[in-house]
Amino acid sequence: MTQNRPWIPYLLILPSVAFLALLFVVPLVQTIWLAVSDNGVPSLANAERMVTDINFTRSVKNTFLLTIVVVPVQIAIALAMGTMVAKVGRGRETILWIWTIPLGISDLAAGLVWLSILQNTGYFNSLLFSLGVIGRQASWLSYQTPVALFIAIAVAEIWRGTAIVMVIIVAGLNQVPKEFKEAAEIFGAGPWTRFWRITLPLIRPALQSALILRTVLAFEVFAVVYALGGRNFPVLVGEAYNWQNQNQNYSVAAAYAVLIMIISLAATLIYLKALKVDPERLP
Amino acid sequence: MANIVIDRIRKSFGAFQALKEVSLTINDGEFVSLLGPSGCGKTTLLRIIAGLETSTSGDVRIGDRSIIGLVPKDRGLAMVFQNYAVFPHMTVYENVAFGLRMQKADDARVKAQVEKAAGLLHIEPYLDRYPNKLSGGQRQRVAVARALAVEPKVLLMDEPLSNLDALLRLEMRTELKTVLQSAGTTTIYVTHDQTEAMGLSDRIAVMHNGVVEQIGHPVEIYNHPATRFVGGFIGNPPMNFIKVPVSNGQVAAGAEQLATPKDVGNEIVLGLRGEAVELAPLPQGLEMKVRVAEPMGSHLLLTGSIHDQPVRVILPASETVKSGDTIGLKLDSKRITWLSPESGKSFPAVLA
Repeated sequence: MTQNRPWIPYLLILPSVAFLALLFVVPLVQTIWLAVSDNGVPSLANAERMVTDINFTRSVKNTFLLTIVVVPVQIAIALAMGTMVAKVGRGRETILWIWTIPLGISDLAAGLVWLSILQNTGYFNSLLFSLGVIGRQASWLSYQTPVALFIAIAVAEIWRGTAIVMVIIVAGLNQVPKEFKEAAEIFGAGPWTRFWRITLPLIRPALQSALILRTVLAFEVFAVVYALGGRNFPVLVGEAYNWQNQNQNYSVAAAYAVLIMIISLAATLIYLKALKVDPERLP
Repeated sequence: MANIVIDRIRKSFGAFQALKEVSLTINDGEFVSLLGPSGCGKTTLLRIIAGLETSTSGDVRIGDRSIIGLVPKDRGLAMVFQNYAVFPHMTVYENVAFGLRMQKADDARVKAQVEKAAGLLHIEPYLDRYPNKLSGGQRQRVAVARALAVEPKVLLMDEPLSNLDALLRLEMRTELKTVLQSAGTTTIYVTHDQTEAMGLSDRIAVMHNGVVEQIGHPVEIYNHPATRFVGGFIGNPPMNFIKVPVSNGQVAAGAEQLATPKDVGNEIVLGLRGEAVELAPLPQGLEMKVRVAEPMGSHLLLTGSIHDQPVRVILPASETVKSGDTIGLKLDSKRITWLSPESGKSFPAVLA
């Protein structure tokens, strides 16, 4: 039928393309222009103002540090969860359902949950107090305890963001026929060898997707940090937010936005290159 | 010596008994097929031998050593899977070398063994390629080469040819037989395809509902099935079963009187292979009403009834019988199997 009317597929796709073009490409172009212009003239003044700001270096450092710590831990936990749940027969769906609950919670809400645990009058201090570990309220989230603050944010991010990695990894593991592992077992591979030499290479595409998605999201970290640390722990998106709302300087905020985009694109390209998936070597 | 003793193996999945006390002895160097319809327990038995599945009770011994508690890699066996399970992310060379690498064999031995196995299976030209570039038949060769490269005491094969198309299956069957004969490996081969089992095996164990109904040489199983199930499962067309009255230890087949085994009741089941007949004039021959006659080129297939019971017989292609004819048949008394109507088991062959 569509052979007679070849324009039909295009017609059906048109609304989504128009929608994305209007609400994504146009703002994108505007943002880039905003970042690299000054009073309608191309200029690097905004970038200069961004990098000379007192919080810039700290926010770049914090964001990268958080990403470097959080993403590998999330991948490792997701792999462990996926491998464990694969061994479960009955109740598998329920376990997966419970594990994915953090997916349904907004990042700000997740941040507030951890705030209620870790603030001075929070559950964590109550527990430590009742166990006799501390004599009075301890502070974990202040600028005086940067390590504890960093750990708190990392833990909250890991709790909140591992589920999506796990979903992708479980989907990848499901694609690997069990005969591969059985064959490896018969020919003498132990559990670790099977994991490193058979399973991991075979879920490479899923691993790649999970890494890209999770890394891009990690560079965009904001609400959890904002809820737990406020400005004690500056990150890139937080700085963009401050320039936009508190300083009312949209141009420097745009410069931050463009910087985050460039970092994300670079990370994606690095992953695509480093974890090149050869379709010839897939099941 | 790698004889295999399967000693009263049972396997239950909940209330379902997949294997009910299966015992088998497979001699060193022998090729034994486990043949049966799907769900008969043949694959479960193979996986228990491999160590991929645990048995509920019973023992498996290879060369007098019990292996039932060992992990698969300590059992000294190799396996070929139905869907090949050739690792897609390794070259053919690394696939064939996998077992040797796991044994930490040195490079010289790996190379020698891979080349030997690749030579046997004619896959030398593909050693540098990835399996996805190979056809199903070539991948199966890689799987067999991978298994032979470790020189296993026992080779297990789980329907290795069933994913291949008919022509390739025939070709691979012949080749497997040649390769395995020269390797001299004790082999257990699971299949639901009777022609594969007949063509390849030294002995066949016919399985049904979790029991071995009969084990024996292919021709023996074909000619003298131990049970009605075996006779019906093996052969195309399957064996005919005709319930006939017995008088004075004899059954009338037209003018001819056939001696039955001793001590049978008033009725007996006559098991008749479709080709164990020849055309005879009536009324000397046993009367058969032909419903459909199908000339197959190599032979003539007749479907109809004897004593109002459905039968299929095969006559030489040169005979001219048409649909609707009534014909007389002379039965080859040496090739008749007598079965009990109650138990479905056959009586020992009557010596003429």
